Amino acid sequence: MPPKYHVLSVLVENRAGVLARVSALFARRGYNIYSLAVAPTDDERFSRITVVVDVEQAPLEQVVKQLNKLIHVIKISELDPRDSVERELMLVTVKAPAEVRGQIIELVELFEGRIIDVGRDELALSLDEHPERLDDLEELLRPFGIIDLQRTGRVALPKLERS
Amino acid sequence: MNTNGGQALIKSLELEGVEVIFGLPGGAILPVYDPILDSPIRHVLVRHEQGAGHMAEGFAHATGRPGVAMVTSGPGATNIVTPLADAYMDSIPMVVITGQVPLPSIGTDAFQECDTVGITRGVTKHNELVTRAEDIPMAIRQAFHIATTGRPGPVLVDIPKDIVDPRNPASAMNWNWPTDADVSSSMPGYKPTTKGHPKKIKEAAALIAVARKPIIYAGGGILKARAAEALRELAELTGIPVVTTLMARGAFPDDHELCLGMPGMHGNYTAVTSIQKSDLLIALGSRFDDRVTGKLDGFAPDARIIHVDIDPAELGKVRRADVPIVGDCRLVIEEIIKALNALGGPESRMDITPWRQQISAWQELYPLVYEQSIDGDLLKPQYVLEQLRDRSPADTIVASGVGQHQMWTSQYWKFNYPYTWVNSGGLGTMGFSIPAAIGAKVGRPDRTVWAVDGDGCFQMTAQELVTAATERIPVKIALLNNAYLGMVRQWQEMFYGERYSEVYLSPDLPDYVKWAEAMGCVALRVESPDEVGPAIDKANEIDDRPVVLEFRTDASEKVFPMVSPGTSNDQIDVGPLQNGLGR
Repeated sequence: MPPKYHVLSVLVENRAGVLARVSALFARRGYNIYSLAVAPTDDERFSRITVVVDVEQAPLEQVVKQLNKLIHVIKISELDPRDSVERELMLVTVKAPAEVRGQIIELVELFEGRIIDVGRDELALSLDEHPERLDDLEELLRPFGIIDLQRTGRVALPKLERS
Repeated sequence: MNTNGGQALIKSLELEGVEVIFGLPGGAILPVYDPILDSPIRHVLVRHEQGAGHMAEGFAHATGRPGVAMVTSGPGATNIVTPLADAYMDSIPMVVITGQVPLPSIGTDAFQECDTVGITRGVTKHNELVTRAEDIPMAIRQAFHIATTGRPGPVLVDIPKDIVDPRNPASAMNWNWPTDADVSSSMPGYKPTTKGHPKKIKEAAALIAVARKPIIYAGGGILKARAAEALRELAELTGIPVVTTLMARGAFPDDHELCLGMPGMHGNYTAVTSIQKSDLLIALGSRFDDRVTGKLDGFAPDARIIHVDIDPAELGKVRRADVPIVGDCRLVIEEIIKALNALGGPESRMDITPWRQQISAWQELYPLVYEQSIDGDLLKPQYVLEQLRDRSPADTIVASGVGQHQMWTSQYWKFNYPYTWVNSGGLGTMGFSIPAAIGAKVGRPDRTVWAVDGDGCFQMTAQELVTAATERIPVKIALLNNAYLGMVRQWQEMFYGERYSEVYLSPDLPDYVKWAEAMGCVALRVESPDEVGPAIDKANEIDDRPVVLEFRTDASEKVFPMVSPGTSNDQIDVGPLQNGLGR
């Protein structure tokens, strides 16, 4: 099944205003950014922006070409989700009174997440995993009562060749 | 520290070869205006910042060199947004310097502060806020490099006051002029492709060789790439007829037997129809604008497409190309010519004589026509333009505003030289012509420069005639006064059941002759056909001040042919005088 979204990995100069240029371009051409993650690369002159967009193939070609026209954009790779490894980080605060606390801890262990803070009736936990796994945990936690939830947006790298 | 930011800015402009700056000073840019007094650069003081921007554009249109405008922060910057957008749409090389409030005040809602870089981001090829005096020379070098290479366009450099003010320690710097290598290594993401892909060029030649009904669809990119000679060579080698878009008028001589003139919504019948019926469209530096294509899915339905453009984003944006070629038009055309010659002589290509005969038949059947006015009636705008054309030097530069007068000028003028047509195509900026004509005349003082304007347009930027009179820039204005926003009136007549809403302007208020005289121009009102010629002759003799000729024209005259909005080019309306011919 072809993916419904596209992941663009955009290498840019690490300078003020670049993120605004990139996001403004999406807005102007009428594309919705589903998620976006940005941080400097190993070379601090450059940053990598990972953008997830929900678009048809043809207009995506146009947005990539328009992005390429930005002077501070150096390189754009489109990452096919089938050929890339993806990760995302999620932090959740969930209601955890004594009677259900054990169930929640069990769930978090099952997903190989971590409890990062403990309150009297609440737990804060983190999970870094494939975005779909985050969706799964989120869904399972919802019945307990999610108080706060924050996701970073996905980051991705191409899969390594094996042959 | 051997200099300061303000001096470095002016010195950088000098080293970039800038001869003239169009501008208007104000608080934040004040420190830069002081070193201008000691610089050989000419400064033209405008009356409104929009004028500075359009003058810079007109200069660039006429000379091919980047126009330069300089204004202050806040309202100075916002007033030049329209020219930036205009230059961006029409790919005009332009560098705009804006003053900005001092760095420590940025973000505090200081007096005359605005987010210039944010506001102009979507209407510039690039813009930059410079934050250190020592970065100014590089910022200017980058600005000129970006504005003039690849697909040309406007670049804005925003300069905070403190880094150019010698009284502020933040302005102290050591002079350093970056090398070409420094400039390109400072922009790792900017490498325009100029050379076409050899495989695609061969494919293009092969398509041309088998086409029976080819048309060259030449756009403004021909002029930007200085490819008029190469285009002519390609056309003459192959015998393929050429249409020149609104932005490409003059890129191929109108008096050439292969020239079909302007296509599009108000294009002539032959240009529009030959594109429609073609089996191969060779798009050179053109971008399939909606005003050319009409309803897109009915556009040139049987044509295969070769599309050459320096901007990769234009390829496939509107119409999928069978052979897309990214590159500089001149270089690519020259390579296509070589590839065609490598295929052999004329015998290696299809005989297109029947196609040429068909085209000639259309030309004969549907020339541009209008009805002459009888004495006592208002003037026909087309008649005025014919007289203007025939009584002015052949290499006259013509600027126009936007609307009916623009379309008639494009239709009736004979553009036989490149860089003689200065107009606002993509953005459609009313008020463009007067400042643009002034900029063109500054760039080409040896040429006669006429601005053809409408009364609506004239009222938007006429104040720049004061600039022209003061600076002794003898432009000539042909004001076609039909007392209406004519093109809007035409649409209301044709598509809104003659319900005229807010389009009447009055022929007498303002009194254009008195107004022009008050601005230091020679002014004449022309009302009857026999006065037209002598008035134009008189205007053409005046060379020491601007001239305004006000022609009282017929408001009921409409621009034809016309492809109605939303319809296909096949539904071209040739107008009441030709309807029914040949059908």
